[in-house]
Amino acid sequence: MDKLRQRWNALRHDRHAAWAAALALAVLLMLLPFITGETLGRGWVRILDFTLLYIMLALGLNIVVGYAGLLDLGYIAFYAVGAYTYALLASPQFGLHLPFWALLPIGAGIAGIFGILLGAPTLRLRGDYLAIVTLGFGEIIRIFLNNLNAPVNITNGPQGINLIDPVSFGSFSLSETHTFFGVTFPGIYTYYYLFLLLALLVIFVSLRLQNSRIGRAWVAIREDEVAAEAMGINTRNIKLLAFAMGASFAGISGGLFAGFQGFISPESFNLFESIIVLCMIVLGGMGNIGGVILGAVLLTVFPEALRYIGDLQHYLFGRVLVDAADLRMLLFGLALVLIMIFRPAGLVPSVRRRHEFGSDASVLAQEQASLYDARR
Amino acid sequence: MNGPPLTKWTVWLFVLTLALTACSKKEETTTGTTGGEMTVKIGQVSPLTGPQAHLGKDNDNGARLAIDENNASGVTLGGKKVKFMLVSEDDIADPRTATVVAQKLVDQRVAGVIGHLNSGTSIPASKIYFDAGIPQISPSATAIAYTAQGYKTAFRVMTNDRQQGKVLGEYAVKKMKAKRVAIIDDRTAYGQGLADEVDKAVKASGGEVIAREFTTDRSTDFLAILTSIKGKKPDLVFYGGMDAQGAPMVKQLQSLGLKAKFLGGDGVQTAEFLKLAGSNSEGVTASSPGLPIDSMPGGKEFRKKFTDRFGTIQTYAPYAYDAVNVMVEAMKKADSAEPSRYLAELPRVQRAGVTGNISFDGKGDIRGGAITLYQVKGGKWEVLETVMGGGATAMEKN
Amino acid sequence: MDIFTQQLINGLVLGSIYALVALGYTMVYGILELINFAHGEVTMFGAMICLAVIGAITATGTDANGLLIVALGLSAAISVCTVLGFLIERVAYRPLRRAPRLAALITAIGMSIVLQNAAMLIWGKQYITFPPLLPLVRYDIGGAVITNLQIFIILLSCLLMAGLLVLIRKTRLGRAMRATAQAQDIAGLMGINVNTIISVTFVIGAALAAVAGVMVSAYYGLAHYFMGFMLGLKAFTAAVLGGIGNIAGAMLGGLLLGLIESFGAGYIGTLTGGFLGSHYQDVFAFFVLILVLVIRPSGLLGERVVERA
Repeated sequence: MDKLRQRWNALRHDRHAAWAAALALAVLLMLLPFITGETLGRGWVRILDFTLLYIMLALGLNIVVGYAGLLDLGYIAFYAVGAYTYALLASPQFGLHLPFWALLPIGAGIAGIFGILLGAPTLRLRGDYLAIVTLGFGEIIRIFLNNLNAPVNITNGPQGINLIDPVSFGSFSLSETHTFFGVTFPGIYTYYYLFLLLALLVIFVSLRLQNSRIGRAWVAIREDEVAAEAMGINTRNIKLLAFAMGASFAGISGGLFAGFQGFISPESFNLFESIIVLCMIVLGGMGNIGGVILGAVLLTVFPEALRYIGDLQHYLFGRVLVDAADLRMLLFGLALVLIMIFRPAGLVPSVRRRHEFGSDASVLAQEQASLYDARR
Repeated sequence: MNGPPLTKWTVWLFVLTLALTACSKKEETTTGTTGGEMTVKIGQVSPLTGPQAHLGKDNDNGARLAIDENNASGVTLGGKKVKFMLVSEDDIADPRTATVVAQKLVDQRVAGVIGHLNSGTSIPASKIYFDAGIPQISPSATAIAYTAQGYKTAFRVMTNDRQQGKVLGEYAVKKMKAKRVAIIDDRTAYGQGLADEVDKAVKASGGEVIAREFTTDRSTDFLAILTSIKGKKPDLVFYGGMDAQGAPMVKQLQSLGLKAKFLGGDGVQTAEFLKLAGSNSEGVTASSPGLPIDSMPGGKEFRKKFTDRFGTIQTYAPYAYDAVNVMVEAMKKADSAEPSRYLAELPRVQRAGVTGNISFDGKGDIRGGAITLYQVKGGKWEVLETVMGGGATAMEKN
Repeated sequence: MDIFTQQLINGLVLGSIYALVALGYTMVYGILELINFAHGEVTMFGAMICLAVIGAITATGTDANGLLIVALGLSAAISVCTVLGFLIERVAYRPLRRAPRLAALITAIGMSIVLQNAAMLIWGKQYITFPPLLPLVRYDIGGAVITNLQIFIILLSCLLMAGLLVLIRKTRLGRAMRATAQAQDIAGLMGINVNTIISVTFVIGAALAAVAGVMVSAYYGLAHYFMGFMLGLKAFTAAVLGGIGNIAGAMLGGLLLGLIESFGAGYIGTLTGGFLGSHYQDVFAFFVLILVLVIRPSGLLGERVVERA
């Protein structure tokens, strides 16, 4: 075992090995829709597409919650804003059909503005008070989307907006099947590559932000707002920036969702979705990009994988004891509880958090802190 | 990290096993022939978990009964004996999940799909079925938009909001002699769609809509809106929504001493409503698309078989049952379960189902759109009368 | 005027139910700083168990007094829910007491999903009716109507809340709870068994939730495995409105939220000149909440929280 670990460590510091691994990963990501489509079916390719959307969403929320430490329970509202912006500007609803390259930045921008709108009045709030206000904000957005069909029909209310233009570049529409070099690419495959590209972009931005001046300011605010302010950080602007950045990621993701689905209605943007995205980042490991991605992948794939629980029962017991659908959410909830109990800092904790509660010394420090923490 | 290493491994093992079970499942061959028998898969999609699970399970049961009956009676297509297999999927009433599930059914090469239950899930899924050329018959989607997209694979055995809303609105004013109507809806695609059509029809028939109030499909307390309605002295209260809200609403209406007639749509005309509202349900009027089940050939047997096996009919099970039978009938006509071949026969099917005479118009909507009105008398839904769909009669000529 | 009185009554009844559920949130929060998302589900379990017992008793065909049957159901609900509350804390929250607070929040959400689906497996997906065991009497107050059940709900809630206040302010147990809430470690040093106190808090919260669950199902006449979600959310909002962690605040917040919802739904149309209708009822409630929190960031009765160093 030790030998193995030594070799592993040697491998980790080997630059050639790193390049090889990166190359292998790139090839795998490129081939993934074909591998999945052939083995598991195209339904799973669609799940991959949604996974990429959720990765973007989760990375956006990670900025707000993971970096800046602002608990946001209404994050899906920005996703909704992005989706509705796309839908209203590219559907028969108003007869507008803007091109895709314009839609995405507009969606991200408007979502960002909404982020600031939420952030501004809540700057003084902390922790759980912020959580409930953001939750309320999310619900307010959803309720408005659901009801703005009268007196003036803007969002078409609960009926949703249908026949949204698919993502297209000129005459190249992503919803159609295309053939390049003798290989057929169905719509959901081309969408995969677009989403992958944008997800990589979001990952890149997240990585660059993490160790930037702004990223360090966010962490400072998360750890201690008073001290951060004393250090000359403009906490107001930096907090608003976190809200705006997180929201714009969600806006991009939402716009893609609208174009991909072709139909959106307010029921897609309920509180439960906000909670699931939050679960993704906490489960994976807040503040750690790899962890957040893992969380997003797990929580999108896992509920789908649980659909086979009926087959599993059939295999184990020869018959289906409990309806698969009935067990699915139960096991999902159970998994959330178990993972958190056994890995409270997430599956892949961020380095800082690992320091915070890995060693005994820091646990001791934490206990000492609470000794002097006469707060009520 | 905390916890002994053993526990850490168990978690990983747990995750790994689940991942493996997910991957180990390969697509088995579908419309395959074994021996002289051919298996035909028919998909059924409805929310089997979440707040609407009881309705979803009901659709599943209705479809299952029809499948089993067809298997028992024996159907032969293209000279081969057919064994139908129901593939039921859960879309948790979520539009996103609906598209994933739809794609999965397409992967499994189902011959047709019964579903989805909600309009909000039927619409995004219909594009996927259309692209794959697979016929879809929704037992319960009522949004007008569902069949207005130009997809020739989308059908429904349920009247749309306009067909039902028009009948209800006219009935309220002309037959129930209501002049001042208050309309409540639950802000779902179904409730709002129906309520808007009723609103139009009431005004068109010379009635007055004195109040539009709103609730949600999760609410149980309606006292606030009912009190504000009470102040406007209505003759009739119409509710666009489901029985689970309708029943407590009727109770609260009476506890407030509001003496107005109560009218509902098909979401209210259920056995569940009677159970939930108890003695308060007396005198409530509600509509249901199609003809009375007990007056239809095979209707009484259906009710008995269903109740013996699954318990009370919730709402849309008879429609799911009919949807399967219509699909099978089209297959018989085409002598094939190939979607491309029997799809052409679907618009030509004429069938006396348990919910009425079923045939489709050019868009895939149910032709005629007869609506039956019921009233609760002595704790039972009694038939008042059947109204032929007003707007649909013109369509019937072509 | 009769409309106004009626809305006042509607709001008070709704508010007392919210207040009772909100107490459970606020008590747990006061001690652990944890939003116990599963609390709404405990309420649902209370209703379900009560109905199961009532169903079993009526199935035997006894002609016992309706009130007695309901009382039996209620006591069964309270005993099962206290065990449930105890177990939830022991299994799901205790291992995470020193973990980051968000981890515990996710466990709570997971627990809520588990309980919901467990209830679905046990009692099925249908709505369950509350049999008409309690005779309904209506009283007329100047054009407005109040039923005996509504009066009972308001009275019982007030009684339970007053009892809880006395328990916390006047008894040894209450003092131990307050000490634990203030500083767990020091409370431990003073000879208080912190674990027991936390368990007791959960048990009391669960018992109150059970009562609230039975009240809700009797009042509205039905129960469903999903009913805890919205109720929990509203109650949590009420707790925050009043200042989470503060017992009196939860009561005030609950009552206020009930009144806001009721008057909001009734008068929002008139207030906005018909522009917004009763579909913006929740928007109105959340708007008031946000307004209150912007002016008083720790809720109505909450103390100003000193930033943790």
